[in-house]
Amino acid sequence: MAGQTLYDKLWSRHLVKERDDGTALIYIDRHLLHEVTSPQAFEGLRLAGRKPWRLDTNLATPDHNVPTTLKERSEGNAGIVDPVSRIQVETLDDNCASFGIEEFRINDARQGIVHVVGPEQGATQPGMTVVCGDSHTATHGAFGALAHGIGTSEVEHVLATQCLIQRKMKNMQVRVEGELGLGVTAKDIVLAVIGKIGTAGGTGYAIEFAGSAIRDLSMEGRMTICNMAIEAGARVGLVAVDETTVEYLRRRPFAPSEEYWDAAVADWRELVSDDDAPFDKVVELDAAEIEPQVTWGTSPEMVAGVGAQVPDPAAAGDETVQQGVSRALEYMGLQAGQQITDIQLDKVFIGSCTNSRIEDLREAAKVAKGRKVADTIQLAMVVPGSGLVKRQAEEEGLDKIFLEAGFEWREPGCSMCLAMNADKLGTGEHCASTSNRNFEGRQGYGGRTHLVSPAMAAAAAIAGHFVDVRDFGAERAANDDSQVQEA
Amino acid sequence: MRKFDRHQGLVAPMDRANVDTDLIIPKQFLKSIKRTGFGPNLFDELRYLDEGYPGQDVATRPLNPDFVLNQTRYQGASVLLARRNFGCGSSREHAPWALEDFGFRVIIAPSFADIFFNNAFKNGLLLITFDEATVDRLFQEAEAEEGYRLDVDLESQQVITPSGETLTFEVDSFRKQCLLEGLDDIGLTLKDADAIDDFEKRHRQARPWLFRQAG
Repeated sequence: MAGQTLYDKLWSRHLVKERDDGTALIYIDRHLLHEVTSPQAFEGLRLAGRKPWRLDTNLATPDHNVPTTLKERSEGNAGIVDPVSRIQVETLDDNCASFGIEEFRINDARQGIVHVVGPEQGATQPGMTVVCGDSHTATHGAFGALAHGIGTSEVEHVLATQCLIQRKMKNMQVRVEGELGLGVTAKDIVLAVIGKIGTAGGTGYAIEFAGSAIRDLSMEGRMTICNMAIEAGARVGLVAVDETTVEYLRRRPFAPSEEYWDAAVADWRELVSDDDAPFDKVVELDAAEIEPQVTWGTSPEMVAGVGAQVPDPAAAGDETVQQGVSRALEYMGLQAGQQITDIQLDKVFIGSCTNSRIEDLREAAKVAKGRKVADTIQLAMVVPGSGLVKRQAEEEGLDKIFLEAGFEWREPGCSMCLAMNADKLGTGEHCASTSNRNFEGRQGYGGRTHLVSPAMAAAAAIAGHFVDVRDFGAERAANDDSQVQEA
Repeated sequence: MRKFDRHQGLVAPMDRANVDTDLIIPKQFLKSIKRTGFGPNLFDELRYLDEGYPGQDVATRPLNPDFVLNQTRYQGASVLLARRNFGCGSSREHAPWALEDFGFRVIIAPSFADIFFNNAFKNGLLLITFDEATVDRLFQEAEAEEGYRLDVDLESQQVITPSGETLTFEVDSFRKQCLLEGLDDIGLTLKDADAIDDFEKRHRQARPWLFRQAG
C-alpha cells in the first residue's frame, strides 16, 4: 500500500462519516473566532434555538476592528471611535459571554490577531483540525494541523455540530531545498512560490511545504509561509512536525499538561508524510536562487525580485493576463520597465498575521537599529501581533529601536493589513507592507500596496524607496544573531 | 436557504480575472452584524467614483459609467459571467451575501476560489464552471447581443443559450440536492449526531489532551 501524506493522515484522523455523495463529516478540534465573521453565525444559532456543541474548543478575540493607538485603546471598547466597529467588537463580547465561550478581550494582554494568539497560547497543536472564519487560518498548518478558513455559515455549522461537511482535497508538495541567502526570509520564499504557481495554482489542493529550507525555519517562519498558502489558492498549508514544532509548544498555556505531554509528543511525531506518499503535484524551488521579493501589482502573484524591473504587459501570458497586468500598472501608478528600487514610498506597515511575531519584529529591528526613517515617509508603523508579542519585544528593547528610528509603536491588531480600523492608506499612496494582500483598495481606498518581508519593509522605510536588504544591513544582522534570545 | 431549480436571467459579463472578495465587498462594509443589505455596495470601488462608507445613501453617489453593472443594457442582470479565479482572497461570506442581495442567482466562470465556492452554495447561488473557450464564447455572445439571457436548469444540469444551444455542467451531488431542496445543512448534519458523539468518545480516548483547556 502506498504511504500517506501528512494531509491524508490528518483527514483520516478526523473522519466522522463518509457519505454516499462523496462528502465527509470532519470533526473540528479548535475553532477560533473574531468579531467580523461571527455575529451572523451566533444570530443563526439563536434563531434556530441551537447551542454550541462543545464549548471548550472555541477561543475568541477581537482583532480586525480594534484601534492600535494607545489613546483609543486605553479606554477599551468605549475608546473605539467608529461606532459601527465598536458595536461589532461589543457584539463579540456579548455573544461569547452569553454562550460561555472563552474570549481574550480588547485589553487583555493575550489579545491579538487570532492567528498569532492561537499558536502563542498553544491552542494550535499538531494533529488538530483548526478552523476560523478567516482565510488566513492556513497559518496554523505550520504545526502539522489541518487548518483552513471558513465562511460564516460554516462558523455556525461548527458551533452547532463540531463538524464540517468537506470533500477531500488533492495533495501538493512544494519542496524548497538548499540554503536561503543572507537577508532572505520565509516571506520571500512564499512570495516566490506564489509568483511561480500563481494565485490559483493551489486551488483544490492542500499544500505541504517541505525541503531543507523549510526544515531550517523557525515556527514563526513556517507560519508566515503557511499563512500565505491561501494567496496561492490553497485553503490549507502544512509543514510536518519536528523538534522545532515540539519545542515551540512546550509549556504554552493550552499545550498538553505534564500528564499527557509525552503521549502527545509521541502522537505528533507521526505527523509527517511517509517517504513513499504520492503527491498529485510537486513543485520545486532552489532556496539559494530566491531573492528578496517585492510585489508590484494588485495580486500577490504580481511579484518580482528586488533587483528586477516592473514587467511589460505585452510580454505577459494570454490576453486575460495582459489586461490584468495593464490594469494593475495603471492602478499602481507604475511604468513597465521601471526599476523596483525606484518605487518611492509614502507609508510602511510592519504587522499582520503574516509578519507580526517576535522574530519578524527582531528582523525589522536589526535593520532599523541606529538608523532613521526617511523624511519622505509620512508614517512607518510597527503593529505587534498580540499583547504578549508586544510585551516580549519591549523586554528585548525593540520598541526603543523602532521609536528612535522614527517608527510608531502600536497596540496589537490586524491594523492596516485590511484597514478596518483607522489605520489606512490614502488614495495613491505607496506602502511597503509585510501583510499578505495587495488587492485594490485593500489597505485603503486607492492605496497601493507592495508586499515584502519585515527586513525589506524596514530597509524601505530608512531609504524611502525599495532597496535590496542584502546590501543594507543583512551582514550586520547576521553578526548580531548570536545575541538574540530565543522565543 | 432559498431554493434553486431553474433560473432564466439577463447576463452581465465582467471581463476581469482574479476578482477578489475585497473587490466584491470592501472591508468597511464588513462591520455590519447582519446578513442582508450588502447589495448596494457590491463591487463598491468599481461601481462608484467616490469612496463608500457604511450607512450612506448610495443614491447620492456618482456612478462609474464604465462599470458593466452601471450600463443600461445590464440593468436587472441575475447571471454574472466572470473570468478565472473568481472570488479569491478573503473568506468573507459577505461576498456571496452581496452578490445575492444585488440579485445574482448564477455565476459562470472558468474557475472559482475554493472558499468563495463553498460560501456561495450555502447562500442559494449556483456557481457553474465551463472551460475557458466556452466562457470566452459566452462573453462574445453576451457582449454582442443586447438582452442576452441564459436559461439555467439545475435538475438537468444544463445552460441553454438564446440560440438554443445546450451546455451541460457538472455540479457536486450534495450541493445540487441542497440547492434544489433549499436544505439547511446544519439540520442535515445533526441527523448524524450519534455518529459525531461516537467519534468524539473515541477521539477523547485516543487523544485526551485535545479535550483539556488552560487554567
